[in-house]
Amino acid sequence: MINQVYRLVSPRQFEVTYKDRSLQSDYIVVRPTHLSICAADQRYYTGTRGKEAMAKKLPMALIHEGIGKVVYDPKGEVKVGTRVVMVPNTPTETDEIIAENYLRTSKFRSSGYDGFMQDYVFLNRDRIVELPEELNPSVLAFTELITIAMHSIVRFEDRAHRRRRVFGVWGDGNLGYITTLILKRRYKDSKVIIFGKNQYKLDHFSFVDEAYTIDEIPDDLLIDHAFEAVGGKGSQYAIDQMIDHLHPEGSISLMGVSEYPVEVNTRMILEKGITLIGSSRSGRSDFVNTVEFMKEHPDFVEYMGLLVGEMQEVRTIQDIVEAFEKDLTSSWGKTVMEWKI
Amino acid sequence: MIYAEILAGGKGTRMGNINMPKQFLTLNNRPIIIHTIEKFLLNDRFDKIIIVSPRDWINHTKDIIKKHIGGIDRIVVVEGGKDRNESIMSGIKYIEKNFGLNDDDVIITHDSVRPFLTHRIIEENIDAAIEYGAVDTVIEAIDTIIQSEDGDVISDIPVRDTMFQGQTPQSFNIKKLVNYYNSLTDDQKVVLTDAAKICALHGDKVKLVKGEVFNIKVTTPYDLKVANAIIQERISR
Repeated sequence: MINQVYRLVSPRQFEVTYKDRSLQSDYIVVRPTHLSICAADQRYYTGTRGKEAMAKKLPMALIHEGIGKVVYDPKGEVKVGTRVVMVPNTPTETDEIIAENYLRTSKFRSSGYDGFMQDYVFLNRDRIVELPEELNPSVLAFTELITIAMHSIVRFEDRAHRRRRVFGVWGDGNLGYITTLILKRRYKDSKVIIFGKNQYKLDHFSFVDEAYTIDEIPDDLLIDHAFEAVGGKGSQYAIDQMIDHLHPEGSISLMGVSEYPVEVNTRMILEKGITLIGSSRSGRSDFVNTVEFMKEHPDFVEYMGLLVGEMQEVRTIQDIVEAFEKDLTSSWGKTVMEWKI
Repeated sequence: MIYAEILAGGKGTRMGNINMPKQFLTLNNRPIIIHTIEKFLLNDRFDKIIIVSPRDWINHTKDIIKKHIGGIDRIVVVEGGKDRNESIMSGIKYIEKNFGLNDDDVIITHDSVRPFLTHRIIEENIDAAIEYGAVDTVIEAIDTIIQSEDGDVISDIPVRDTMFQGQTPQSFNIKKLVNYYNSLTDDQKVVLTDAAKICALHGDKVKLVKGEVFNIKVTTPYDLKVANAIIQERISR
């Protein structure tokens, strides 16, 4: 079969390319139905990813957040029509200590390896996780982003000390919203505080115990553990504030990506005995955890509905461009493409 | 029920001096028709996919499907007719005999030598066939169309904005198409080689679905070269 792959060839320019794929293989074939745009995709789309990375990675199909339905399974194990979330991390080996998303040999969709903007996506058997039919597909589209928060929280639970009375989350964007909400569901008796730059964004966090703009944090406010969902240069200031407001021996879970190195006040990290926990991307087990979590907490999925910003039906390449442009100007939430191309 | 019918009745005379109908020539080491069938196979809305083949090539068609795709219940191979419409009717006769015809049955007919079609084109054909009863896949005319009655001098140059180039799929409500076709005289049947035109001549609205420039018909050695060049792009990852 000749599969159409919609690749970014240079900033703001997509082209269709054609790839021959045989159905006689070990791959499960998925037709994407809802794809969600991530900030990382935007860095490629706008060309801010840096010249070197752009030259090395393009042309490439973007998008690593998406769901679809199974249209072909060579072994006939998965029923045709099954709704699934696609796992973008693709390991090529296993390791008993190192998680699949940290193995240097793993490939990641839309980062040097074609993402989900294709007519059909061919995936290894373990790269799909079945989704419940009844949940809102516009929310499910960005399941991958939810797994990022889930992965970070699971890592935190493995590594941080047991006193978890007060959590602080920095970052009033999508990832901050998701992380805060998961913490609030997982730690019902703990206090969860959100710290953000924009009051209008903080207004969406109706479920938190306290919310502060970052220039109005009380000096005496102290937390047990912090999550950073800021990214970019801003994460430097966020980390500074976390160090200031953490109890000794607390942890900081880092999730935000920065194009440039950020400075960290190591003196205070040493003095307070703070643990920094880095986390990036996610693996199959995080998808399984997240889908289970969504099944158990239907109200979580309802809250996630607030994150669906723009919906764009995509039938042409021009529609893809419009979706990315709309996303750039949208101040809140995720842009989801209904994939009908 | 929703049926697909892949028309592989041609003998490929335009391909020049070759000993095989064009649909069996290879594109990246697999027969063109296999690429086309696979695209239909991935759409689960089809109840049956009917391949219409010249009589002498039926076994060959079955063999290559078995070799490249495997045994799939949804695919059947039937013998074609003497021209395009007769071949479409052969497929419909198979449906009538095996499943009967219902008022809302639709059929998506497609050239076996157009392997570059997309999921969208198929989906929009199905949806529009259900809604309108007759569908043609077209792209806006790129070149100016020149009409000449005698092939020597221009008789007309139609306004390009209203000109489209026909591709496939062409899709129909089956009962409607059969009724219209059966009402034609033998002479009319010879002239009216396009099934969409038969519907249009009966005053039906034939819905246009947007094709793609790359949804090319591989009928000449040049097309085959272009198709192979497209697919063997070196930047694939």
